[in-house]
Amino acid sequence: MGEVTLGQYYPTNSILHKLDPRVKFVGTLTYIISLFLIRGVAGWIFVTAVLAGLMFLSRVPFPYLIKSMRPILFILVITVIFNLLLTPGTIVWKFWIFQITKEGIRVAIQMALRLSYLVMGSSLMTLTTTPNALTDAMERLFAFLKVVKVPVHEISMMMSIALRFIPILMEEADKIKKAQMARGADFESGSFIRRMKAMIPLLVPLFVSAFRRANDLAMAMEARCYHGGDNRTQMKPLRYKGRDYVAYLLMAVMLTASILFRIFGKSAI
Amino acid sequence: MGIIRASKLGFDYIKYHDDSEDPEKINAIKGVDFDVEKGQFIAVLGHNGSGKSTLAKHINALLVPTRGTMYVDGVNTSEEEELWKVRQKAGMVFQNPDNQIIGTVVEEDVGFGPENLGVETEDIWHRVDDALAKVGMLGFRDRSPNRLSGGQKQRVAIASVVAMHPECIVLDEPTAMLDPNGRREVLECVRELNQKEGITVILITHYMEEVVFADNVIVMDRGQIVMRGTPRAIFSRVDELKHYGLAVPQVTELACELKQSGVDLPDGILTIDELVEALC
Amino acid sequence: MLIELKDVSYTYGKDTVYEVNALNHINLGIDEGEFIGIIGHTGSGKSTLIQHLNGLIKPTSGQILFDGSDIWEDGYNLRELRTHVGLVFQYPENQLFETDVITDVMFGPKNKGLSKDQCEERAKEALKQVGIPENFYKVSPFDLSGGQKRRVAMAGVLAMDPQVLILDEPTAGLDPAGRDEILGQIKYLHDKRGITIILVSHSMEDVAVYAKRLLVINDGRIAFDGSPKQVFTHYRELEQMGLAAPQVTYIMHRLHEKGLTVDLTATTVEEARRSILLALSMKKSGGTEEGGGSPWVK
Repeated sequence: MGEVTLGQYYPTNSILHKLDPRVKFVGTLTYIISLFLIRGVAGWIFVTAVLAGLMFLSRVPFPYLIKSMRPILFILVITVIFNLLLTPGTIVWKFWIFQITKEGIRVAIQMALRLSYLVMGSSLMTLTTTPNALTDAMERLFAFLKVVKVPVHEISMMMSIALRFIPILMEEADKIKKAQMARGADFESGSFIRRMKAMIPLLVPLFVSAFRRANDLAMAMEARCYHGGDNRTQMKPLRYKGRDYVAYLLMAVMLTASILFRIFGKSAI
Repeated sequence: MGIIRASKLGFDYIKYHDDSEDPEKINAIKGVDFDVEKGQFIAVLGHNGSGKSTLAKHINALLVPTRGTMYVDGVNTSEEEELWKVRQKAGMVFQNPDNQIIGTVVEEDVGFGPENLGVETEDIWHRVDDALAKVGMLGFRDRSPNRLSGGQKQRVAIASVVAMHPECIVLDEPTAMLDPNGRREVLECVRELNQKEGITVILITHYMEEVVFADNVIVMDRGQIVMRGTPRAIFSRVDELKHYGLAVPQVTELACELKQSGVDLPDGILTIDELVEALC
Repeated sequence: MLIELKDVSYTYGKDTVYEVNALNHINLGIDEGEFIGIIGHTGSGKSTLIQHLNGLIKPTSGQILFDGSDIWEDGYNLRELRTHVGLVFQYPENQLFETDVITDVMFGPKNKGLSKDQCEERAKEALKQVGIPENFYKVSPFDLSGGQKRRVAMAGVLAMDPQVLILDEPTAGLDPAGRDEILGQIKYLHDKRGITIILVSHSMEDVAVYAKRLLVINDGRIAFDGSPKQVFTHYRELEQMGLAAPQVTYIMHRLHEKGLTVDLTATTVEEARRSILLALSMKKSGGTEEGGGSPWVK
């Protein structure tokens, strides 16, 4: 059983869990914008403090939060290396064709922080919000697109179903992989092309199964009277409460602060 | 008049073959008549491919008859305007527990049906609480369905149907993918709904142990009803059942063989108690 | 001894919050030609156990020997081991992927590195053993019925010509006719081809009929290891593990309580029939053991 923790809902009873998903969605966007606005050490201390505070409030265990970083570790390392080596400026270290500049170090650190804060910030949202609540939020937030005939309800329904089936399909992929290994399949060795070819016995059954599941699910939904978004009521309609307005207010404060940091922040780092 | 009435129901489908140009017409159901009274527990038996699942899908209007008619609570399933009414009246539980749970949280899945019916928010919550309590899954309302056992998932699927306040529930081999404990769990749950809530139950299965408590049993073969009667009457025809690719529970088989060896026993023994009683 | 497990333990998600001990110090020997049934409720560790036997899972501690050599020693060829120890997973039809039946069955031998002709020969042989006739060879596996698909998938493992065949609930979801067919084929492979069989099943009735030796797995340990008759005498303990004995066992015990001197170790319908008839005739002729007789009846 492969545990996929990336962004999987983690039930606790924290204040973050209780917030309206729309607030969390907008909040995440605001936080990401702030990350790109701030400048200077003070600014970084500020966004770090915000993130730490939110993590604390979420009551999700810290190791679990850190785990969400694992899948992006590779991208993180690549970004750091590229920025480190390819930024021109005052050279501090040189070897053969490689050189590291003062500016490179600065950019690399900034990029690494930005990327990891971005991922941690957004996984904080998915960890504290059920996928259904999240799709509900998006359906509501993007409802204005219905005017231009974007099937907002259908898209959000598709997303929530995808989220439900991802763990099931992951588990299934693992099973099929093992079944083919039991028939002598080799997924690990050989050239890139050979390895791609070796994936066929895994991918074909996985697709077949995904289609069968989709078919079954469509039937099950029809049997339960699903007929699109019209005349549909909601079990958990989104209604703002006092705390949600407070959260919006705090977001505004954060954004303002970030703008101030941009204007007055020293670009030392 | 019964709550489910099929008369001369027939269903054909067209099968296309890759290699041959002529599509083949397959008669999946051939002139089936049956009538189910409100509150009954009916079991439909048959080997794979006997047409029992196809028949089940007619009750929920997932399929409509090619010939003949199907009425559910007085509504003709062939009438398109009545489609949602039929599906609300006759709920359906399928074989694969994973492929019928839509919600990522148990309670949200149970609420899905009522949401589609346009039930008011407050009422949805009542229905969800009530339905989960009836299947004994109230304690799991916040869980992810992925972390439940097979039997629990099927109970959630049943609750999801119960929350739509149906007149009858059709269960299409709900236990085929479960282990013995899960199977027992689901059956107990279904029996209780039938007895306490008076919900009409149509149970499709090929496990004979599961039909012992049914009011009536229907055996299907090649799209036709070939046997019907009380479990006792059906189970006394062991050889005939075997002919249709079905196996009887060990206790019934043993009783039948003892009888053939000259022991004086009544027909159609269904439970261990009965056999022990008759022998001692 | 063909396969030997020495003090094997396995922990899922070691050093995480999700740590689960799936297997605890398992010691087990499997001889050539055995027919072993494995029972245990879902989550007892039986699936984990069988995946150790062909090297799909590496034990956290302990040793696994095949034909005397440690399969986790450096340089041991695990892929070759998997051709000797065939494993048919639950719902094996989900692994079919080729465009026609015979090519799919040839996948195993092909991985073994055999020539095309040899592969084909093996595939045909295997398909014959599971009763798939020749006119199905060029059919897409996805066009077959459920039972046929399953048998093709079994042939896919058989085509590697394994010495040991492990089957994880091969009859799950099949109707009684399909069940009998598959079990009959497994028995044939054991009796006529001499293949060692390890059958994981939820059906006590099936293992009672087919298996010569029965392993009960509970909480990652082997709770019982013996003939089905021996094991099912512990039916009370089995119930506590979420298992049960065949219906016949219960019938015999109930009859015995009522004073009928029947064989308590009977597990199949045929055994029960004979024993009951005997007991009834003894009772009629005024046998001595009427009423609360001795529990040891032969």
